[in-house]
Amino acid sequence: MLQRCVACGAFAYPAREACPACLSGSLAFVDAPRRGALLAETTARVPSDVYFRERAPWRIGLVKMDCGPTMVAHLHADCVEGAPVLVSFQLDKGGQAVAFARPEGETPNMADDRQWREMTADPKFRRVLVTNGRSLIGQEAVAALKAAGAKTVFVGVAEPWRPFAGEQLLRGQQGIEVVTLDAADEKSATDLAADIGGKVDILVNTTEYVRPGGLLDRRGTSIARDEIDQAYLGFINLAQAFGPAMRMRGADGANSSAAWVNILSVHALANWPAFGAYSASQAACLSLSHCLRAELRPGGVKVLNLFTGPVDNEWFQTVPPPKVAPRAVAQAIVSGLRGGLEEMYVGDVAEEIRQRLAANPKAVERELDK
Amino acid sequence: MAAPVTIPYARYSIESAQWWIGRALSALVARAGIKASDIDGLCVSSFTMGTDSGIGLTQHFGLCVRWLDTIPLGGASAIAALRKAARAVQAHDADIVACVAGDTNHVDSFRLTLENFSRFNQDAVYPYGAGGANASFALIARNYMRTYGVTREDVGRIAVAQRANALRNPHALMKTPLTIEQYLAARPISDPIHLFDCVMPCAGAEAFLVMRDETAASLGLPAARLLSTIERHNAFADDPMQVRGGWAMDVGELYAMAGVKPDDLDIVQTYDDYPVITMMQFEDLGFCNKGEGAAFVRQHDLTVDGDFPHNTSGGQLSAGQAGAAGAYLGLVEGLRQVLGEAGPTQVKDAKLGLASGFGMINYDRGLASGAVIFAGPAR
Repeated sequence: MLQRCVACGAFAYPAREACPACLSGSLAFVDAPRRGALLAETTARVPSDVYFRERAPWRIGLVKMDCGPTMVAHLHADCVEGAPVLVSFQLDKGGQAVAFARPEGETPNMADDRQWREMTADPKFRRVLVTNGRSLIGQEAVAALKAAGAKTVFVGVAEPWRPFAGEQLLRGQQGIEVVTLDAADEKSATDLAADIGGKVDILVNTTEYVRPGGLLDRRGTSIARDEIDQAYLGFINLAQAFGPAMRMRGADGANSSAAWVNILSVHALANWPAFGAYSASQAACLSLSHCLRAELRPGGVKVLNLFTGPVDNEWFQTVPPPKVAPRAVAQAIVSGLRGGLEEMYVGDVAEEIRQRLAANPKAVERELDK
Repeated sequence: MAAPVTIPYARYSIESAQWWIGRALSALVARAGIKASDIDGLCVSSFTMGTDSGIGLTQHFGLCVRWLDTIPLGGASAIAALRKAARAVQAHDADIVACVAGDTNHVDSFRLTLENFSRFNQDAVYPYGAGGANASFALIARNYMRTYGVTREDVGRIAVAQRANALRNPHALMKTPLTIEQYLAARPISDPIHLFDCVMPCAGAEAFLVMRDETAASLGLPAARLLSTIERHNAFADDPMQVRGGWAMDVGELYAMAGVKPDDLDIVQTYDDYPVITMMQFEDLGFCNKGEGAAFVRQHDLTVDGDFPHNTSGGQLSAGQAGAAGAYLGLVEGLRQVLGEAGPTQVKDAKLGLASGFGMINYDRGLASGAVIFAGPAR
């Protein structure tokens, strides 16, 4: 995304308030062509900032974009002066969007670049905790993270003596460790954190508690209380048990903590009355995730929220398609971590609600009431 | 222009920028033999004054002026200040203008200045490795050196000659000799910038007075005459990388207005935040053609006793860079030279001088440039 003048079409960077070609005040952020050429590079060996000082030498360059502007960019190690590069904005450890230049073509082990990995939370080589292995999403997430090169995947299971479908996918597998975890139970979360809290580089919160119904067709608060206990208070238990150690380990050498992933219903953003109380519990979790993001940022740990529509599982049996396959959610977790993203919308329903909320939020509210 | 003063630099200072500016004003008054109340114009530049600008300083120092300016142009501040002050006295808006620049240097001042330099810098430069000006100029230097086949040894000649000059200047922060071998062996900072390409941030102040000829004469003050001056900002914006500064746009006017040729100059003081920028100025200020800077420095001796005396006090590279006072360092030293007051760094029979300024690497290039030619009373 770069600014482009609505009046004359010129691209501008860094961001500004008027077009440097025609002084028009209408500059819109648009998807810009990502190709450019590396004009010159340097390697900063004695940076003045403590973050970069610890990571020096650090390589940057000046890129002349094919669409016009020149951009200072972080460089992938395989970028060569004079050669074409592709530039993207990535979120750095401080949460700031920064330009990153990669070679135009694929190079061997491209994703393992040291500076690139600073911008992302690639699960490769990392240790991950998936908090709920009983759910389909949890099991798919474990498989996808292993396939993506995670060193160890811890997978939480409440009351592990009770058998569950898919158990054989988790037990006795190389690099997968089943651990006891009931996120809604503060002591359970604390006990597990005491055991493995210092080894969790990425936490994937797959807590799932879906019940139909809104307000008037329910009696009392017991179901709502369960929804809050499991999703919202469970989130708090996990955050308080694992968050402090993750924040402290954000720069812990090669095995530093990197990211926290939440899987949220897209109806956290717009209430779906058929699952109205559930939507509200998800909205509470969304709000809390922003708090967590701010509190983890000083440690350089990202929070990735995945918004999904109804998932293809037993709790959404009565909902017509399209539904999101648990495997698609799992793949999105991996690609979001690889891209170092803060937000992703998974599936057609979630994407539609994202677009329609941007266009007309009142219409979304009215039309979800069906 | 009269009463050039320098408050000797300190690597670190616990004093404020206002303290350094105050010392410079005091030295100006003492040097010129006037009262503070005779100063009726004030022009200040500083990076570390906090929320103060020129107006706050009038009350701070008990000055009552009828012309006031604050110039935030970094390394181009001195030339810009002189130009404005000269117009002010010419138009009788003021009779005696004090042009002052001063900065302090606390232990963390330099990093804070880097971090908060400008909006584009905060947005699109600082987050990229926080290499500061070193990294930004490294990109310019690398491109320039590759384009024109310049070696580190070529650039190093400038730094080595300035160190030789600095050894004559008792106030220079750098006090040990520098050989070309030492220059080449220095540790890399941000390739191709190495240690001796970088200035030493410090605290200090520089100042001079601007007045009409008859004012100087009535005060019995030895003064230098302003012969010509140019100023240009954001020049050659379409050059993808900076290989020339704004001087190249106006250099013809600079010499034509003064009625002199580059060869006529006795001393030259360029803005040397990095020696490669000085080499660029040799080209853009007409001492040689573009791309011939390296040959030029190979063919000339840039020391006080040489055939091309340049940055005679050691420049910022060897005397230190006292923030915005770095812009003034060359001009103030140049004034001392043509007034015959330079003492241990005095170039014999220096009558005609040039000083240039360069500043504000807002994003990918230095935006502000200026130059001035001036003559001593002997010419």
